[in-house]
Amino acid sequence: MDSTNNWILPLITFLPIIGAAILMFIPRERAGAIKAAAIAISIIPLVISIWMWFAYNRSGVQFPHGTQFGINVPWIPSLGVSFAMGADGLSIPLIFLTTLLTTLSLIYSTFIEMRPKEYYWMFLLLETGMLGVFTSLDFVLFFVFWEISLVPMYFLIGIWGGPRREYAAIKFFLYTMVGSMAMLLAILTMYFHGGHTFDMLALAKANPFAVKSIMGSLVFWGLFLGFAIKVPMWPFHTWLPDAHVEAPTAGSVILAGVLLKMGTYGFMRVLLPMMPTQFGQFWMVIAILALIAIIYGAFVAMAQKDMKKLIAYSSVNHMGYVTLGCAAAAATIPGMTEVSRTAALNGAQMQAFSHGLITGALFFLVGVVYERAHTRDLSAFGGLGARVPIYAGMLAFCSFGSLGLPGMTGFIAELSVLTGTYAASPWLAGLALIGIVVTAAYMLWMLQRVLLGPLNPKYEKMPDADAREIISLAPLMALMLFFGIVPNAVFVFFNTASKAILDMLH
Amino acid sequence: MVQYAWLIPLVPVAAFVLIVAFGRRLPGQGAYVAIAGMLASLVMSIGIALQWFVFGGSNVGLYNHSVSWMPVGNTNINMGFSVDSLTAVMLIVVTVVASMVMIYSIGYMHGDKRYPRYFSYLSLFSAAMLALVIANNILLMFMAWELVGLTSYLLIGFWFEKPSAMRAAKKAFLVTRVGDVGFMAGMMLLFITTGTMNLFGSEGAFEHIATHPSQMNALVHVGPWAIPLVGLIGLLLFCGAVGKSAQFPLHVWLPDAMEGPTPVSALIHAATMVAAGVYLVARMYPVYLSDPSHIALTVVAYVGAFTALFAASIGIAQNDIKKVLAYSTVSQLGYMIMSLGVFGYVAAIFHLMTHAFFKAQLFLGSGSVIHGTGTQDMREMGGLKKKMPVTYWTFLISTLSLCGIPFVTAGGWSKEEILTVAYHTNPVVFWAGVLGAFTTSFYMFRLVYMTFHGEPRDHKIHAHESPKVMLVPLIILAFLAIFAGYVGTPFHNSFEHNMAPVLGEQFEGILEHNLDMIPHGFFMPVFLIGTFAALLGIFFATLIWKWHVIKIEKLEPAFGWLAKIVENKYYIDEIYQATIIRGLMLAAALLYWFDKWVIDYVIVNGVGYMSLVLARAWWWIDRNIVDGLVNLAGWITGTLGRGLRYVQTGVTQQYVFLLVVAMVIISLVFVAGNYSEVSWIPPITGFFH
Repeated sequence: MDSTNNWILPLITFLPIIGAAILMFIPRERAGAIKAAAIAISIIPLVISIWMWFAYNRSGVQFPHGTQFGINVPWIPSLGVSFAMGADGLSIPLIFLTTLLTTLSLIYSTFIEMRPKEYYWMFLLLETGMLGVFTSLDFVLFFVFWEISLVPMYFLIGIWGGPRREYAAIKFFLYTMVGSMAMLLAILTMYFHGGHTFDMLALAKANPFAVKSIMGSLVFWGLFLGFAIKVPMWPFHTWLPDAHVEAPTAGSVILAGVLLKMGTYGFMRVLLPMMPTQFGQFWMVIAILALIAIIYGAFVAMAQKDMKKLIAYSSVNHMGYVTLGCAAAAATIPGMTEVSRTAALNGAQMQAFSHGLITGALFFLVGVVYERAHTRDLSAFGGLGARVPIYAGMLAFCSFGSLGLPGMTGFIAELSVLTGTYAASPWLAGLALIGIVVTAAYMLWMLQRVLLGPLNPKYEKMPDADAREIISLAPLMALMLFFGIVPNAVFVFFNTASKAILDMLH
Repeated sequence: MVQYAWLIPLVPVAAFVLIVAFGRRLPGQGAYVAIAGMLASLVMSIGIALQWFVFGGSNVGLYNHSVSWMPVGNTNINMGFSVDSLTAVMLIVVTVVASMVMIYSIGYMHGDKRYPRYFSYLSLFSAAMLALVIANNILLMFMAWELVGLTSYLLIGFWFEKPSAMRAAKKAFLVTRVGDVGFMAGMMLLFITTGTMNLFGSEGAFEHIATHPSQMNALVHVGPWAIPLVGLIGLLLFCGAVGKSAQFPLHVWLPDAMEGPTPVSALIHAATMVAAGVYLVARMYPVYLSDPSHIALTVVAYVGAFTALFAASIGIAQNDIKKVLAYSTVSQLGYMIMSLGVFGYVAAIFHLMTHAFFKAQLFLGSGSVIHGTGTQDMREMGGLKKKMPVTYWTFLISTLSLCGIPFVTAGGWSKEEILTVAYHTNPVVFWAGVLGAFTTSFYMFRLVYMTFHGEPRDHKIHAHESPKVMLVPLIILAFLAIFAGYVGTPFHNSFEHNMAPVLGEQFEGILEHNLDMIPHGFFMPVFLIGTFAALLGIFFATLIWKWHVIKIEKLEPAFGWLAKIVENKYYIDEIYQATIIRGLMLAAALLYWFDKWVIDYVIVNGVGYMSLVLARAWWWIDRNIVDGLVNLAGWITGTLGRGLRYVQTGVTQQYVFLLVVAMVIISLVFVAGNYSEVSWIPPITGFFH
């Protein structure tokens, strides 16, 4: 790591919370000023993350041998805790995704009339939590941010949510807490086995559980549980539909777009580099769970009558590819080539990034139609395509992105993951391909029920998408297309990160 | 010139973007922009074809250009385009038919409320189709392949207010996607095996296949079968072709796709997109040739032959003019696929080209009929020959071409070439082809007689000839339905001369080795058999529907049950509905039930509920036992206090009295402690010392 400390990451991480503090000085009555200020504040981290995207040296050092924009100052020296942050190919796309989705969510949420000050406050706090997770390189700091991000989402669901918001909020909070506790225990065990340090770079290099052991397995499953609940992997996924259905639109966007990625980020930042032995040992178990998530998620999504719940289950389906890619990358199969492993891990990262764009956009779109029709019941729509062509175009665009149409990000992600998986186990890949067909089926069926057919006379006067909604959606759609056509632009990050992580596997 | 071939798909993309952005404000409400873009592509394609076929470019072989697209580890996946004879032919076919269809659509789609959108979709389709044929790697091919599927979905469901149209669109996308899963698996296997997505050049997959025979021929065990690796790749890729080219058992989407506007049926579902499956197998032909067991080719041959016959038989019993043509398309695609399966590589591509022209013409002709009469049901037509002469004559030319009338039609040459190859390589396939030719003539002339001949059956219909903008494309395509065949006559087959080298020297050698028993030039037995079959079909159709010598009603008692099965397309749709669709829906419902009640309710909420129960239990213990002990202590103190309360009277005399009593007791104890032997009294003497 650079000897000089770079303050850019603490700056981007804490700017939102400073902004939240500023919001406190704006009188409650001036809702417009509060919203404008919050959006303005959130744009600064977005600009910084774009700058980082370009300033990042693509041939530079990678985790765990060092990362760029690094900072490392002592924090609680007696325990070996330091304030360590850094960014690499793994985190930079996710940092960008976080800042982008936050700004778009704030723009989208300007129609909120209920307690806007607290709402925007919570969102900025949430952004700090999420950015902290993606920038921290010290386990204590990582854990602190991991927990911080939980609190604002709890309130966002619990206060601004739907009819069953309290149930959903508490379920979300408690479920994640269970995982966090397992994770905390595992982190502490790792601290004692890994030379009394919380430094994630050092722990990855030390590889404290290089030899298979019962303690190693316990630590692995402890961390795994924490991450798997967040992803969420089957069978820990049932908090997700409830949280999504009850959360306000922008909350769902952030939940699906960023919070879920924290789980798979944990796989790639913590489990793969620090416990390669265990990941290799248990890759088949994880791959099978991921496969179940893919197929099961797709089928359950097909059975949904609530549009938002359908998208929520599609997240279970899509996040399955991310975990499948991680598992395949760690596969202990003779003859598994480096290219196949890289393809799997690149694809996993791309799928996480792509799912953030696509599902984020889909949740916005559910919100758009919900605000007009006041229902999400798929059988209550019909024929909207003739009435609201702009909305219909956007929904069709994002749905095709979601079902993996080539030319958009989802396709290249799934293709990479499946190619890597195919090399590891043709049967796993073959079964996952079934998921692709079912995904197309439920997405097209949803489109049909919402947009096609004769227009439901109830919605004869439904207004088309307005400027606020188009501004929230257009950047996401543009990026889906751009990175789908020019994957090079983002795969340079993934590829360097994958190479560094896969080095740890040997 | 050829280095700018990538412009050919890009120009229609530009047209698409323009129409999406500006819509009705463009000249001709966007139609002229789309047509201008398409004509530009057509001109460029003609330029390439001239360079290739006339100025001897095919001796150059292949133009191949790639750029880096995506890194994977230390290698790169590239994207690029290539031009060879196969590409040049496909470019011509796509651009010619697309231009004709677009011009025709000005008349056909006139006044539609989504007119600009229609032309934008057509432009996007053409772009994707052109990208598919100039792609030099299998990944770009697959991407374009899926994009044509998307535009097909959008155009089948163009009138999406109609429930049948929206269902047909969804069905088309999903059924083809089942095949595409196989394509995807084949692509991934090819990439894993050869390490590249590129097809050509020294780094390409074909070179790898040619130079690593032992790796490619290694047996892979799939269930009970052992298949050479390369054969497995071929079979998987063929799944994609089965979906896209509507081969049995994935043919069910194509007849339903006729819900789209008729020019769309002509372009996408007759001439170009559905032929993409044939193109795919042809493009990947080195994979099939290098498999020594020929297992993939055998499957290809029999699937094609079966489909050719099967679809033709359904065509006999349909009354919707477009449905007849749709099954005819399925059948003809089967013909091409079958030809590929019996080493008729050149013949298949030749038939692809001629079929594209005459089948597009037939669809556009049927569109003209629908436009003129307002119905698609042939039972309501009849006698249109006089009212729509241009439509009739051009339609008849194309019908003859489809029937394969020799010497005067393009279809005659290509059909005969297929049959010649099949005759020498696989007699089963050959006789299936002959029977297919007979059936084809039979149902096509049934269609012609029912539509154009006799007297009008429905007098409410006032048929009129279509506008010129629709007739000119009909005439041009009819012209091609005759003359496009002369490039590949057995007397001077310049088509074969240009096409065979596309495979590359080594694979061309394998192909020639498998075809060396075929005599060059005109082969009389096949010519006689094929022509006889076609004429016999026409003859029977004439007997029944023109001369009415055989009364269809008389056949009813004997063949009614058969007719019913055929008319209902062998109930394949119903079988799928009852098994696959219902199975999927049932699986979805069951899994959701499991998710909702078992995982979420019993387990997750159960754990939550158990925590609550435990919490209640602790609360009870806390309240009654822990707190009970605390309260007990309090109670004891309280009781003691209450008892002692009676002592605190505030009466001084009583206090003094108690004091005295106490002193007396203490004194007694003191005395007893010092002088008594009673041990139970504690020795408290030390206390006073």
